[in-house]
This record gives sequence, C-alpha cells and structure tokens, in this order.
Amino acid sequence: MYINLRRKPLLSVIADDLSCGGTYTGKEAMGLLWSMRPVPGSREGLRLRKLNVCIPQLVNISVYSGHVGVGFREQDPLASVLTERWYMAPGVRRIDIKEKGVRGTLFIPHGPGPFPGLLDMWGGGGGLLEYRAALLASHGYASMALEYFNPAEVNTAELELNYFETAFNIVRDHPQVMSDRVGLFGLSLGSIVSISLAAWSSVVKPRCCVCISGNHTHARGGTIGDVFNEFITNVHKVRMDENNYEIWRGMGLPIPDDISQKVDVGKINCPILLVNGDDDQNWPTVESAEDMAQMMRAAGNEHLLTRLEYPDAGHLIEPPYSPHFRATKFLKDGQKVILLWGGTTKPHSDAQEDSWKKILAFLQQNMYSSSGPRAKL
Amino acid sequence: MSMKPLCVKLSVQPSRGLVDEKFTILVQNLLPGFQLTIHALHQCEDGHSWEAFAHYTADATGTVNVSEDPSLDGTYSGVEQMGLLWSLRPVPGSKYGLRMRKMNVQTPMVVTISVYQGHRTEGFLDQVLLASVMVERWYMAPGVQRVPITDGKLTATLFLPSGPGPFPGLLDLWGGGGKLVEYRAALLASHGIASMALDYLTPQITKETGKMVDNDYFETAYRVLEQHPQILGSRIAMLGLSFGSTVTLRMAVYSQVVKLSCAVCISGSHVQPIGGGLEQILASFSKHAYKTRLDENNQVIWRDLMLPIPTDPSLKVDMGRLQCPLLLVVGEDDQNWPTHESAMDVKEMMDQAGNSHLLTVLSYKNAGHLIEPPFMPFARASTFKTITNPPTKVMVLWGGELVAHSRAQEDAWRKTLVFLRENLYGGMKHGASFSNL
Repeated sequence: MYINLRRKPLLSVIADDLSCGGTYTGKEAMGLLWSMRPVPGSREGLRLRKLNVCIPQLVNISVYSGHVGVGFREQDPLASVLTERWYMAPGVRRIDIKEKGVRGTLFIPHGPGPFPGLLDMWGGGGGLLEYRAALLASHGYASMALEYFNPAEVNTAELELNYFETAFNIVRDHPQVMSDRVGLFGLSLGSIVSISLAAWSSVVKPRCCVCISGNHTHARGGTIGDVFNEFITNVHKVRMDENNYEIWRGMGLPIPDDISQKVDVGKINCPILLVNGDDDQNWPTVESAEDMAQMMRAAGNEHLLTRLEYPDAGHLIEPPYSPHFRATKFLKDGQKVILLWGGTTKPHSDAQEDSWKKILAFLQQNMYSSSGPRAKL
Repeated sequence: MSMKPLCVKLSVQPSRGLVDEKFTILVQNLLPGFQLTIHALHQCEDGHSWEAFAHYTADATGTVNVSEDPSLDGTYSGVEQMGLLWSLRPVPGSKYGLRMRKMNVQTPMVVTISVYQGHRTEGFLDQVLLASVMVERWYMAPGVQRVPITDGKLTATLFLPSGPGPFPGLLDLWGGGGKLVEYRAALLASHGIASMALDYLTPQITKETGKMVDNDYFETAYRVLEQHPQILGSRIAMLGLSFGSTVTLRMAVYSQVVKLSCAVCISGSHVQPIGGGLEQILASFSKHAYKTRLDENNQVIWRDLMLPIPTDPSLKVDMGRLQCPLLLVVGEDDQNWPTHESAMDVKEMMDQAGNSHLLTVLSYKNAGHLIEPPFMPFARASTFKTITNPPTKVMVLWGGELVAHSRAQEDAWRKTLVFLRENLYGGMKHGASFSNL
C-alpha cells in the first residue's frame, strides 16, 4: 500500500510496506497513517504538524500491482481513494484570542454548553499549534491553544507564571466554560508549566492536569526563558548519536535531591496524569515521574497521581495515528540542530493510541463526571 | 430521577460521513434511569425544517447508546441505529406534502442531534438543551469530481470517483417529475462507479424546442460514457426509478447502441407502447387517466392506469430479449405504479423465454414507490408537479409504511451496490441471478 500525503507541493510523504522491516507489518488497521515518513530524498529532520485546522488533512490511499518498494510516483496505481482526516468536528468554533497580553486560539464545542475547559500548551518549539486543542474541542472540551513564545525564541521568553494564570482565567471566565472545571494539558515545556501552576499558583485551581513528557526539576521563579536556560546549563552533558543528533536527556540527570531545585509537587491538590515514554532521549521524564511519585508519597497526595509509561516510546507523544518522529529539527540559539526524541515507530504509535484513549477517559472522569474528581484511573 | 445531571456528554461517530453510512449516537454521564429525548433537526435547502425524536432511559451506567438501546416512543421505537434520520418529518405547522431531496450535492446535509431532559414530544426549540452536536452527511466522497455535461445537447452531470480510473460507468435516471437530480449518481460515484445523472424530461433542449427527446438522446448519453477516457466502455449499466425504469428497459432490450453490463429498475414497469417516443408513452398513460382513484385524503392513486398488465406484446417490452442481468426493486404497497404486478409479469415472460436466470426481483412488503438511498426520510404522499403543459400540482400517494419502507431502502441499496459491483467490477462472466443476495 502506498500513501501520498498531499500537503504543500514541497512535501510529500510516502509509506512503503516493504523494506527491511517495512514501515509496518502484521495486522495494523491504522498502520498506513502512523508509519508515514518523508519520501526518499526529503530534507532531514522533518516533522508533520497541521497548522490550518479548518481544512482536513488529505491522504491518498492507493493500490499498486505487485510488491512495490520504490518509484511510486513513476507508476500508475490500480486504484486510489482520497480520505479526509479532520482535527475539527462539524460545529466546533474557532476563536482568536488576543486579550490581556495573552495570545492563543480558543476552540468551543458545538452545543449549548457550558463545557469543561482546557488550557493546551506545547513545548520548546514555540509558536501557536492549534491541532490538539481543536481535537479536544471535538471531544467536548472548550480548549485554548496557548502561544507563549515565538519559535526559536524560547531562551529569551520573558513570560512568567502570571502569563499562564491570565490565560487560564480567560478560559475560566468565558461564558461557555464551566468555571470550576478547567484543566491543564501540556507536552514537554507545556507540562513543566502545568506542573508548576498546579503546585505553586495561588490564582489558578486546575480541575486536573494532563502532562505528557514533562518534568518537575526546576526552581521556583523566573521566566520561561530562565527555566529553559536552567535546563540547558549543563551543555557538556549533551551527547551525540551516530547521526550527530543531539541527546539532551543527560542534562536532566541526576534528579536533584534538593527540594528547592524542584517543583514542590507535594502541594498539588488535583488529579494529575503523567504520560511518558521510556525511550525519551530528550529528557529523563520517567526518572522525573518516579521522583515526583516519591515526593507525593511523602507529602500524602500520591492518590492524585496516575502514571502511564510506555516501553520504547519517545518524547513526542502526540494524538493517535500521527507519524512517529524519532528526531527532528529544532532551532536553538538561532541554530538549526536535530534533536533525538527517541522511540521506535510501532511501540511509539501504540503508545499514542493507548495514551489518547486513557487521556480522554481521565478527562471525562474528572471534568464531566457528576461526582467529584477521581484521582486514579 | 428529575435532577438535571451535570455535563451530559453526547457524541455522534462519525461526525462526517456519506449519507448511506451508519453512525453511533452515545449519550454519557447521565444519572441511571434518567429520562431523555434525543432529537434530530435538519433544515433542508428550501428552508423547511425536519425533525425526529425518540425517548430513552439511561441504563445503570448512566449511558444511552442508540445502536443498542430501545426507543420507548417518538418518531420511531425499538432499537433503531439510524431511526433519527429515516423518521425525520416536517416540523408541526409545515406545509403538507413535502419531500426532502438534496439538489446541491457539493455541500453536506447538516443534521443537529440534541439531548433534552425528559420525554418530550413538542416545543423542542423552547426547551433547555442538555447537549448538541452537528453531523455532516455527504452525497459526495472526498475526491469525487462533479462534471457538468452539455455535449450532444445533453443536460447531465457526470460524477467521477476518486482515483486514476478507469471506472465502470452508469446512466442514472429519475422519474416523471423531471429536473436534473444528482444525488444518487453522486453517491454511486462515491462507491466507485462513474455515474451520469441525466435530465431527459425537462432538459435544456426541450425547454428551447418544446419537443421531448427521443431515443437518440439516451444513446448519446451512453456514448458519452462509453467514450470517456476514464470510463470502461465495456462496463456500463443503467439505473432507473419509476419512469426512468421505463426508459432503461426500452434501451436495454431494443437499442442497437446501448450495450449494458446490467440494469437496475426501481419501482418501474415494462408496460409501455413499443415503438414511438416518450410522448407516446406519456400519452398512453393519459389515455387511462380515468382510472385514477383518490384515497380518503383526496390523494391521487395512479397504480391502476397500467392495470391490468396487458397481454398484447406491442404494449410491453419483450423481456425475453433481454441479454443482461436485471435487478428489479419493487414495493408491494406502491400506490403510484403497479410495480409488483409488473415484476411478476416480467418474471413470467422471462421464464417462458428461458432467460430468467438474468432476473433478480427484490419485492418489499409495505414499501411504497419512492425507494431511495437509505436513511432518507419517507414520504407516503407528496406534492407532484406534472411536466405537462401547463403543469399541474397534485398530491400523489406513493404508498408504503414508515418502518417497512425505511428497511426496504436500506436493504435494497445494499443489494443494489452488490449487484452493480458484481456485474461491473466482477470477472468477465456476467453473474446470473443473485439468490444469495
């Protein structure tokens, strides 16, 4: 089977089903999507992310005669259909947010509301990525994708915790949001922000938190830029793999014993779901989760913690069926490097599928349920 | 329990699909035993509003799954996964005799599915909604191309499936109301068959010249399909409903040009004067107009006009000469044409001629005349504008009973697709009758 992902003319992605190991083997209903990779000859370090969520992702599924591994564009397929994959369900509304200095996009589900709300935050790449918030809204959560620094400017980002508190309150105060049911959803740096808010903020009271590939190993105070720079102080601990991709996880080890160097997670008083891959090469997220569990056990709030850890999954745990990216370009100090995120395609894709199901169940339990929030899944 | 639950969660999957695809409606986070009404609302292209609703009670887990749980009352009852679509009816206060037909197939049919507290039957717009989602129902799959056709003085639209082709082709004919109706051809193209919707009663050429088209018109349409670079000239079918069946059978048996791989005739008849054109056929109907009956609501019953089925061979298509597989779909409560009686006569003719292995008859109890693609609302009667000059508007009784007719539509469509696929996509040996359908 061959897939041609038609996006901009510059980039097309083709999946083989036959090469050493193939892009997937065995019975995989969605293998044609998650095993997609850039076509031979593409630039290195590409990452597929939908920017315009108002139109669907178009995927051509075609059938070729025989067992073909290369040269798909030179051959005519036997048959082909076009499929549309949407991040936004019909009726979901997209609203640009620019108020009180906060920049983002709010997605409101269709219906009378009010709805539980979410503040959705991505990681160190910056910019405004809307697709996960749009998808969460399609599942009934009024979700705001938050922009908090420009791409490649993370180390100079001047925002402090109060920016996120303001953003949270914009969601909370929206007439179609249930003000006592607003949660936090983050990946990577976004998770770090979520954990910090949950523990330290006197202003925001999240109903629950979903933290993917995050950690708690930074001191209180400072801007986002400070936090990021603190992480990458130990540049000497960066290793390179055989392709010269940067492995940053060493910079986060060892997990400090000194509690002043970490977020005081003993102060968290809402359910928190940690989702990590144990092949995360970007940050020691599993070690961090283990330390968080110990701190919470000592503080007596461990019943609020749920940990999901996936063997051979990497750092970028995205919504299901997204292709797996083991290493992609990242702008650091204006320089293009390629960071190793880790993970092996099949287990990483399984992790994305399983974690998303569990994330939605966790959110439903804590944000929709009539009874009070339930800690463990 | 009358307490309003917090945060009712309603989902409809898929939220975007083809009109013949099923969806699953799930309501969660209710209190066990909670009484609710699920409501569907659609505003069609001419501005009329249609609604359906059903009463459910949440189970012990606080959930209602429309595919598994019974409706206790409403516009349908029992376990009916798609009941909220096929039981759609005009909202109270609407004009009588409406029929829902999508004319613009490039936009979806949008249906709003909502949950209301309690078992309600009216005043939905005034009530407090608990939750609501929007669902899109499409006649055109992604990648299907819509191509207006004007060559050879045709008034037609061709729908090409997604992909490189070539594809089998199909000529799609509606009935006596005329106009260029595209939705069934669009849907067939979404299933891989290059289909041309043809207006043959009210085409541009007839409007300009005042004359009805003759057999040439259909042969031209066939040739356009046959010669199209993305269509397999040796695999072309015809599908007709009502008067469209009349044309289909005539072409299938008598045309020297039209060579069909198979034919589908829905709610049609082989009864027609042989030789002559469309005018002669319509004239023969008019001759028997005195047999028109009216039901207790003054609705017009035209089924007797063709009865009794003639024995005179010049008054019906010689079905013994048919050389391709034929699928007849008829409703036994058809009040517009005697389609069941015609089908029985066709079978007898073909039995006698020795070609009945080509024939498959699907006959549905309590189904009416308008056997359409599935999940579309049912109209037992509707206003019909004749194509006579001047036109007249009458209230025509099509027949059928809601549930039986809706089931017939679903079953017939599925089997029609199988029949077409087998004969158009299948091996060189043409399938005979489909006893396993």
